[in-house]
Amino acid sequence: MSTATTKKVERPPFWRDLRVLRVLIQVFSVAVIGVILYVLWFNLTTNMRALGINTNFDFLTQPVGVSVTGSDISAGSAVWRALIVGVKNTFALAVVGIPLLTIIGVLVGVARLSSNWLVSKAATIYVETLRNIPPLLVILFAFFVGVLPLPDILEPAQIFDFAIITNRFIAVTGFSAAEGFGTFGWIMLVALVAAIFVWRWRTRVFVQTGEPHHRVLWSTGFLLLVAVIAYITLQGPFGLSKPVLEGRALSGGFSGLGGYFAMLIALVLYTASHVAEIVRGSILAVPRGQSEAANALALSGFQRLRFVVLPQSMRIAIPPTINQYLNFVKNTSLGIAVGYSEVTLIAFQAVGNGRPAPQMVLLLMAAYLLFSLTISFVVNVLNRRLQLVGRT
Amino acid sequence: MSDRKVIEVGDDSAAAGRPVEVRLGAWAWAKKNLFSTWYDALLTLTLGSLFVAFGWTLIRFLFTSDFEILRVNLALLMLGEFPRDQLWRPAVALILIAVLLGLMAGMGSASARDTAEQTGLPYQRSRPLAVLRRFWPVLVFVLVVLILTETVAPWLVAVSVFVAGVGSFPLGRALPGGVRKRGWLILIVIIAAIFLVLVGGGVGWDGWGGLHLNLFLTVAGLLLAFPLGLMLALGRRSTLPALRAMSVTYIEFIRGVPLITLLLLGQFVIGFFLPAGFRPGNVTRILIAITLFEAAYIAEVVRGGLQSVPSGQVEASQALGLAPWKTMRRIVLPQALRNTIPAMVGQFISLFKDTTLVIVVNMIDILGASQAANAQGSFLAQGLHRVTLPFVALAFWVGSYVMSREARRLEHKLGVGVR
Repeated sequence: MSTATTKKVERPPFWRDLRVLRVLIQVFSVAVIGVILYVLWFNLTTNMRALGINTNFDFLTQPVGVSVTGSDISAGSAVWRALIVGVKNTFALAVVGIPLLTIIGVLVGVARLSSNWLVSKAATIYVETLRNIPPLLVILFAFFVGVLPLPDILEPAQIFDFAIITNRFIAVTGFSAAEGFGTFGWIMLVALVAAIFVWRWRTRVFVQTGEPHHRVLWSTGFLLLVAVIAYITLQGPFGLSKPVLEGRALSGGFSGLGGYFAMLIALVLYTASHVAEIVRGSILAVPRGQSEAANALALSGFQRLRFVVLPQSMRIAIPPTINQYLNFVKNTSLGIAVGYSEVTLIAFQAVGNGRPAPQMVLLLMAAYLLFSLTISFVVNVLNRRLQLVGRT
Repeated sequence: MSDRKVIEVGDDSAAAGRPVEVRLGAWAWAKKNLFSTWYDALLTLTLGSLFVAFGWTLIRFLFTSDFEILRVNLALLMLGEFPRDQLWRPAVALILIAVLLGLMAGMGSASARDTAEQTGLPYQRSRPLAVLRRFWPVLVFVLVVLILTETVAPWLVAVSVFVAGVGSFPLGRALPGGVRKRGWLILIVIIAAIFLVLVGGGVGWDGWGGLHLNLFLTVAGLLLAFPLGLMLALGRRSTLPALRAMSVTYIEFIRGVPLITLLLLGQFVIGFFLPAGFRPGNVTRILIAITLFEAAYIAEVVRGGLQSVPSGQVEASQALGLAPWKTMRRIVLPQALRNTIPAMVGQFISLFKDTTLVIVVNMIDILGASQAANAQGSFLAQGLHRVTLPFVALAFWVGSYVMSREARRLEHKLGVGVR
C-alpha cells in the first residue's frame, strides 16, 4: 500500500462514532442496572436490619418448626435437613411422573392420529380438556374428589393382603431386603453390563449375517436367567413385605401419601396432554412419503410407526418434550396446595415459622434454577447430537 | 353389495380426472372407521362403553347434584369481595369491553372488505352461524352463570352486553378508512375508560377477587410485561455483549424458576426491596411479581418473532440508509410483532391459567373462592368440591379453548411459518 493513495480518513465526532457509542451504551446500561441493584440491595439490608432479621444463612441450622409426614423431620430438625427432604419429595414425583407421562403422552399423541374414529375423538377430547384448565385445578380436583373420599384411616379398604387404601396414604406390597441382598445387587449390576454386551453381540451378528437379532429377547432373557440363579444360590436375598396397619401406624410395603398420589395423577395427566400435542405435531411433521414408502415396503402399521415414523419424529419432539419435563418439575411446586411436602412447601412453612424470607426464597430459586439449567444443558447437547447433518 | 359410489358414465368429475368424493353409507363408514380389524373393534367397544359410562355419570351429575353452593356464592366466584353497592362498575366495564370487541371486529371486517375490493379477490362476510360456531363455549358459560343467578340484574347486564357488542359491529364497519388507521387510539381510549370505571371512585384493586381478579391479573400483567419483554428481547438479540449478557441472565433465571417462587417473593420479599414506609397492597405486589415473571416469557416470544424476519429486510433497510433505530422501528418490529400474535395469545392463555396460583398467597381468585365456599358452615365437609371445581374448570376451559382456537385461526390467516 502506498502512502499516496491513503487519504487521511476523517473520523466522525465521538458522539457519532459507532465504536465509541457501542462502548458508551454498554457502560451506561451496566451503570443503570448497577445503580438499581445497589438501591434494591441497600433497601433490603437496611429494612432487614431495622426489623432485626439476620442477613446471613445461619438460620439453616436452626429448627424448622414443622414436622414432615413420611420422614424423620420433626419440629426440632434443622432447616437444611427439612429442605433436603423436600428436594427428595420433589424428585420422588419427578422420577415416577416423567416416565409415566411420556408413555401416556406418546400413546395419546399417536391415538389422535388413529384411523379409528372413536379412538382419535377420545384422544382429542382428553387433550383439549386437560390442556385448557389450570394444573392447580386438576391437582385440587384429584385431591378433593379423587383422594379425600377414599376410606378413612380407621376403616381402611384392603385388597386381600396386597394393598391398603385410605385417604391418608396408599400402600402396596413391596420387597424387603434379607441376608445377601447386597451381594445380589452387585451380581445384578455385573449382569446388566454383561447384558449390554449380549445386546451388542446380537446386533453385530445381525449386521454381519443378517439373521434376526432378537436382541431384546436375548438380553432380558440373560438378565432374568442370572437373577433366578442368583436368587436360588443366595437362598432368597429378598422377600415380600406386606403393608400392615396397626391403629394409625403403617409398616412394610411401599407406600405413598394421598397428596403424593393426587399430585402424581394430576400432573401426569396434565403434562401428558401437552406431550401428546407435541408428539402429534412431530408425527405430522414427518413427510408423508416416508409413511407411503413404508407401506410400499409392506411394513405393518406397528412396524411403520416403530421403524420409520417415530424415529424421525423423535428428533423433532425431544427438545419440546424435555421442556415439558421441566414444566412438570416446576409444577411440583404446587404441592403446597394439597399439603404435599416438597421443597416449596417446606420453605413456605419455614418462612411462616419466622425463618427469614429473602434468603429462603433465594435458596428455593437457586435449587430450581440449578435443576433447570442442568436440564437445558442436557437438551442443548442432545439437540446438537440429534440434528441431521445437512447435505452440503 | 358394494360400498362404493358408482361413478356414472359421463360424470363430470370423473371425466375431468378430478378425485371423486366417495360417500360411504353409515354401515360402511362404521366398518371403515371403527371396525376395520379385530383389535380396532376391541378398542372401539372398550372405548365406546367407557364413553357411555362417562356420559351417564355426567348426566347423573348434572341432574342430581345440588348446585346450591354455586348459587349462593356466585357473586363471590365472579367478583370476590367487590363492594356490593359498586356492582355497576364491573357491569359498565363489561359493556365497554363488548363495545371494544364489536368495534374491533367491525373494523377488521371492513378492512378485509377493502382489501378484497382492491385485489379483486372474493370476499365472504362471516355469517352469524359461523361466529356462533367459533364462540359457542362462551355462550355456554354465560348461560350457566345466568341460570345460577337468583336476581334479574345479571340478565339485564348480559342483554346489554350483547346489544352493545352486536350494535357496535356495524359502527366499526362503517367507520371511514382514515379513522380505522387510527384504530389503536380508539382502543386505548376505551381501555383507559374501562380502567377508570373499575378503579375510579376509590374502589382500588386491592380488594378484588373472583374471576374478575384472574382476568385483571392476566390483562394487566401482560400489558405491563410487554414493554419490559420487548426490551429484553432486543437486548438478547443485540450485538452489544453487555446488554446481551444481562438480558440472557434475566430471561434464563426467570424461566428456570416456578411462578410460585416469584409469588412468594412478591408476598414476602418485595416489601424489603422498597424504601421503608412504602408498602404496596397485596394485589399490587403480586402484579409486580407476575410482571417480572411474564416479561421473560414475552421476551422469548418476541425473540421468535424477531428471528422470523428475514435478514434481507434489515440489509435492504440499511442499503436505503435508514438509521439502526429506524430500521428497527419501521422495518423489523412491525413484521416481527405481527408474527408473534399467535404465540402471544398462547402466552395469554398460559398466564390466565397460572393466575390461579395466587391462592397460595391467600388471595381469593375464582379458584380460591370455590375453596372458600367449601369452608363455609353450611357447605363444610360435604365433598362439594365435585360441584365447585368443575364450574371453575368450565370458566378456564371456555376462555383457554376459545382463545387457542382463535390463535390457530389467526396463525393460519397471517400465514405464520408459511411465508
